[in-house]
Amino acid sequence: MKRFTYTRSETVADAVAALAARPQAQFLAGGTNLVDLMKYDVARPDAIIDINSLPLKEIEELPDGGLRIGALASNSAVAYDARVQAQFPLLASAILAGASPQLRNAATTGGNLLQRTRCSYFYDPSTPCNKREPGSGCAAIGGLTRMHAILGASDKCIAVHPSDMCVALAALDATVEVVGPDSARDIAFGDFHRLPGDEPQRDNTLACDELVTGIRLEANHFADHYTYLKLRDRLSYAFALVSVAASMKIADGRIVDLRIALGGVAHRPWRDPLVEAEYAGAPAEDVTFQRVADRLLLEAKGLGDNDFKIPLARKAIVRALRQAAGGTPQSQTIKAIQ
Amino acid sequence: MDTALEDRLPTCPLFLTINGKPYTLDVHPWTTLLDLLRGDLELTGTKKGCDHGQCGACTVLIDGQRMNACLKLAVTLEGAAIITVEGLGTPEEMHPVQKVFVEHDAFQCGYCTPGQICSTIGLLNEGHASTREDIRELMSGNLCRCGAYTNIADAIEEMLADRVSYREAAE
Repeated sequence: MKRFTYTRSETVADAVAALAARPQAQFLAGGTNLVDLMKYDVARPDAIIDINSLPLKEIEELPDGGLRIGALASNSAVAYDARVQAQFPLLASAILAGASPQLRNAATTGGNLLQRTRCSYFYDPSTPCNKREPGSGCAAIGGLTRMHAILGASDKCIAVHPSDMCVALAALDATVEVVGPDSARDIAFGDFHRLPGDEPQRDNTLACDELVTGIRLEANHFADHYTYLKLRDRLSYAFALVSVAASMKIADGRIVDLRIALGGVAHRPWRDPLVEAEYAGAPAEDVTFQRVADRLLLEAKGLGDNDFKIPLARKAIVRALRQAAGGTPQSQTIKAIQ
Repeated sequence: MDTALEDRLPTCPLFLTINGKPYTLDVHPWTTLLDLLRGDLELTGTKKGCDHGQCGACTVLIDGQRMNACLKLAVTLEGAAIITVEGLGTPEEMHPVQKVFVEHDAFQCGYCTPGQICSTIGLLNEGHASTREDIRELMSGNLCRCGAYTNIADAIEEMLADRVSYREAAE
């Protein structure tokens, strides 16, 4: 691990000022991703700004009935919060589908948003990687691509975003709150993570001098018809091959409002609001679900090793929409898929 | 890095309570809790498996919560109370979780066992497990390469069935 200096910030303003003074510094919260990347020499900050003392752990109710989740609320604290479970069970379910209890106890909400891809070439500094070292090339293209993207990839990067929580937040239209040296701003969740394009080193639209302070969820009443379905190589404690966060409102057997986001398939949680709008009013039944799946995967491209992800995603989408419509969300404990 | 050179690099003051005992330390900021425990403090009960948060062998309790010691920089834990396997029981007077692991033969080589035991205590503190399926899912952060999972789940199932004696032991 590269050697670095350490400072602890007590306030958001102090933390942001400390980063402005040391552009090669990085904020450290739970450490479950950053410390690991530092051990692999993938992250090489010259200074660490410990933000664990900032007052950002709270989960608060908002006047409109929604929730504000502080950036330092742990993944466990969010997943087991009674208000999250009652109002946003999709979020609780997605968090519990990810990582392990130990990691969820340490990992934070802000850190989950900012976690880096698990592409094995990104993790291996002996190989070229445009995300790790812009302009060096991509060893994944032409390499082993089993875990890689089927949607939205570029000729510079085919990595996928690893989060489960973020797939649910995308479906729930969360808002990310950030603070920079001069001002605070909100970023719509759909604008937060980006596709790789020509700049795969940029995972998101956060400016390099900004700090994520929290996320907001508006009361949305999607708690009756939702599911988080995650398919992976073993039943627990593995990243998704394909995951689906789905929620809908149904009246008289027809879809009134549909939200569907995919994980494990692209550089960001994959959502297409145009497709969702197209199927408002359609009957909540398998024929519709199959059409939604076909539309969402219209542009999907396999790279060889990951060709299987396309039919897998198609089936997962149909299955997830069926679970959501039926009010029978996937259990994250009993792994049989109904 | 050369050890003599490393020794001259700046350290940070750190106060921790480990297994009930106060420690006033000076640590390099890059020292993980795992390396601090096993190296400087010679508390080698906590094991280093993968060193990347993938195996759970290094699981300890930090302020009552189970976490991977390999992914925590020690310097970030100012004032924390750490419990390792050394703080749980002795061969003569084992912790109830240690006893139940022995009774169920819930290990083979034993390398993952300190982490499994700390993780079990974390699971019991959290209170989210009530069925065998819950146990399997909520212990998935601890790998056992010998494959003693069936007996580990048996041991924890017995602990869950006997919460009263566990609570008494915790008091």
